[in-house]
Amino acid sequence: MKKHALGIYAALALAFLHVPLLVLIAFSFNASRFTVWEGFSLRWYQAAIADPQLGEGLLNSVIIAVIASAIATIIGTLAAYGMWRRSSPVLSGALYLSLVTPEIVTGVSLLALFQWTFRFLHLHLGIFTVVVAHVAFSIAYVAIVVSARLRDYDRTLEEAAMDLGASEWRAFRLVTLPLLAPAIAAAGLLALVVSFDDYVITSLVAGVDSETLPMVIYAMARRGVSPVVNAVSAFIVVLFGGLILLSQRLQQK
Amino acid sequence: MNLRRLCLLPARLWTALFFAIPLAIVVAYSFLTRGDYGGVEQPWTLENYQRLADPLYLAILWRSVWIAALATALCALLGFPLALFIVRAGARRNLYLQLVLLPFWTSFLVRTYAWLFILRDTGLINTMLLSLHLIRTPLQLLYNEGAVLTGLVYNFLPFFVLPVYATLERLDPALLEAAADLGARPFATLRRVIIPLSTPGIVAGSVLVFIPCLGAYLTPDLLGGGKSVMLGNLVQNQFTTARDWPFGSAASLILMLASAILLILLMRSRAARELM
Amino acid sequence: MDPVLELRNVIKDFPGQRAVDHVSLTLEPGGFYSLLGPSGCGKTTTLRLIGGFDQPTAGEVLLNGARVDGLKPYERNVSTVFQNYALFPHLTALRNVEFGLRERRAVNSESKALAALELVQLAAKQDRYPAQLSGGEKQRVALARSIVLEPQLLLLDEPLAALDPKLRKQMRAELKAMQRKTGIAFLFVTHDQEEALSLSDKLAVMNQGRIEQFGTPMDVYLRPATPFVAGFLGAINWFGKAGVRPESTRISHEIPEGVPWRRAAVESTLFLGNCVHLNALLENGDRVIAEVPRDHHTFQEGESVCIHWRPADELHFE
Repeated sequence: MKKHALGIYAALALAFLHVPLLVLIAFSFNASRFTVWEGFSLRWYQAAIADPQLGEGLLNSVIIAVIASAIATIIGTLAAYGMWRRSSPVLSGALYLSLVTPEIVTGVSLLALFQWTFRFLHLHLGIFTVVVAHVAFSIAYVAIVVSARLRDYDRTLEEAAMDLGASEWRAFRLVTLPLLAPAIAAAGLLALVVSFDDYVITSLVAGVDSETLPMVIYAMARRGVSPVVNAVSAFIVVLFGGLILLSQRLQQK
Repeated sequence: MNLRRLCLLPARLWTALFFAIPLAIVVAYSFLTRGDYGGVEQPWTLENYQRLADPLYLAILWRSVWIAALATALCALLGFPLALFIVRAGARRNLYLQLVLLPFWTSFLVRTYAWLFILRDTGLINTMLLSLHLIRTPLQLLYNEGAVLTGLVYNFLPFFVLPVYATLERLDPALLEAAADLGARPFATLRRVIIPLSTPGIVAGSVLVFIPCLGAYLTPDLLGGGKSVMLGNLVQNQFTTARDWPFGSAASLILMLASAILLILLMRSRAARELM
Repeated sequence: MDPVLELRNVIKDFPGQRAVDHVSLTLEPGGFYSLLGPSGCGKTTTLRLIGGFDQPTAGEVLLNGARVDGLKPYERNVSTVFQNYALFPHLTALRNVEFGLRERRAVNSESKALAALELVQLAAKQDRYPAQLSGGEKQRVALARSIVLEPQLLLLDEPLAALDPKLRKQMRAELKAMQRKTGIAFLFVTHDQEEALSLSDKLAVMNQGRIEQFGTPMDVYLRPATPFVAGFLGAINWFGKAGVRPESTRISHEIPEGVPWRRAAVESTLFLGNCVHLNALLENGDRVIAEVPRDHHTFQEGESVCIHWRPADELHFE
């Protein structure tokens, strides 16, 4: 009995972790809007697809995520490579700090920056500011994933390339970069997910006409629970799950 | 300029422009005054920090620390046995690790919303209890500290499990056999050998849970109603509805400092050295 | 008086392999015993069965006349010194030694632990942590930790394997002295036959899960029961079914009278300091080693010589 106590506990703990999401997804297929099962239906998915706000939010989220993750991946990869060549305590310290800083603080500080500079620049909050914010907090994630791969990377490969006549840059581009490609892709996917999921920072720096999907969901959740939110949530769960799985597979290559 | 410098340049620029400078601005604002129309203007003052010492705001500070500490303690209590179980699963360790992390690979917003769905008056729990005639009126499960704690523990449990698992994985099995050989029954071995030796993981896990919980915003916002205002909610409120940016900046800075100090302490501790 | 340990037809199976195959053994209290054998012969598995870390598939394990097969390690009056010492890194040497005593809620546990540390001459380092101790010191702390519990049987799993040769020889002497002083029966597992021969009152030679011979060092060396035992305990020359030790193998230029002999060609000589080993090739292609004293060495490479021995020195097996 004692031996199985831990196993029973673990089963309960894992159930605690999984049941809420499973329940959420299950009820997205519920025919009625109440939390009583009344039959299988896809009406909420249909409603979600037909909802223009959700559609616009999704579009904005996708645009922002793709652009931000692309930029963050480039910057983050270069940073990881640079720090691998020789460590930069200041930069790695700043990146760690950016990971640990509460999102609300990052958000309001960026809002303060934008508000202050936009007086001179005649710009306003919009997709552009959201992208800038997303890149700022994603760089650290990308750097971590790529750095992890670089830790196992053999330095002498680049030295061999240079010995054979390649410049530093060409050695990086022709030897290291291809070998890093799976990790870079994995990092990019991670940045994509992190950007897509963000609510707190985005809500502070987005303008009126650049609502992202999380912002729309948040507004709907605030108004009251609707199975449409369940449906969108289920969609997000599957989407993120797939992206992360892909990212992990790439990291193992 | 050499290649390395060039590679680091974009990151350094972006981090300086969009992380360091914004924070500097917030620091500056925290010492300024609120303008009539919600702007920020001189004079320089310490008033914002003094205002934080007001009982109303101290209560919020204290509540944030208290909830974060409680959430950390719960994560430790729930997470340690889970980590232990995974380590003992032998060949299936990775499978269970993935199972623990799986919910984490979804949206934070969705995970928090799930509890909204479950705990509200017409939510899953109440509906079930009502239909089973165990209660007559719905239980108030939502919009209180308990709901916030549930949401926090649910979201940050993996942050505790992972470092503890990493430490337990490195434990030499011969030490457990030696303890048994010397007369220690399983619970004594747990108490005298396993737990002391997993201290680095426990410390790291605790800090990794405490810091985000301290600065939580979305969870108390969605699950706490107006009753569990935490520091994060205060900051958000000051920067939007209340339009008192200097005061909000002061609160942000307190939050920021607390997080940074804890992180630095962790990085320099024996725990970090043992885990790296 | 009950034997301190009795194994009766013990079998231990793992998936796809029988690690311990019908092993029976009886050890008397107060003796120094060894389990000798090559890697994979089952000696460590046997030790773990006695210590309680594994359960036998079949057979009985008795300690002091009582069956212990089902009992956990903390329920047996046996203590183990692990190969890598398994000292608790978060406890000082003193607290490590005190561990088992505190588990028993013994009185004066601290002074008893200190006395045990004095026994291994490490009282001065009682407040050091394992990371601050050398290999030899760690081994002595592990020993003290087990001895302080006054078990009737002490199991040692290749405790000297991680030490350098000079330290190993020194520790051997200390272990033997410790055993004599405490009167605890020691069961020492090793793959080093020199160690087993020099330390043991009796030793068991294991091969592929079976005990091939259990006897005194002299018995096992001079009267090996099987070819394996003969070959494992020292070098051996085979002449057909008969085996002869190098130190009993003689070399001469002329044909000897009255003793069995073979013609051979000297291949090489190995100077070992106190004696010389001559490698010679027999006419049938076998190689033999003859051990000759330093000053008797007058043989050249390539020379044709006569290998001979006394019939009494032959070892025969079924």
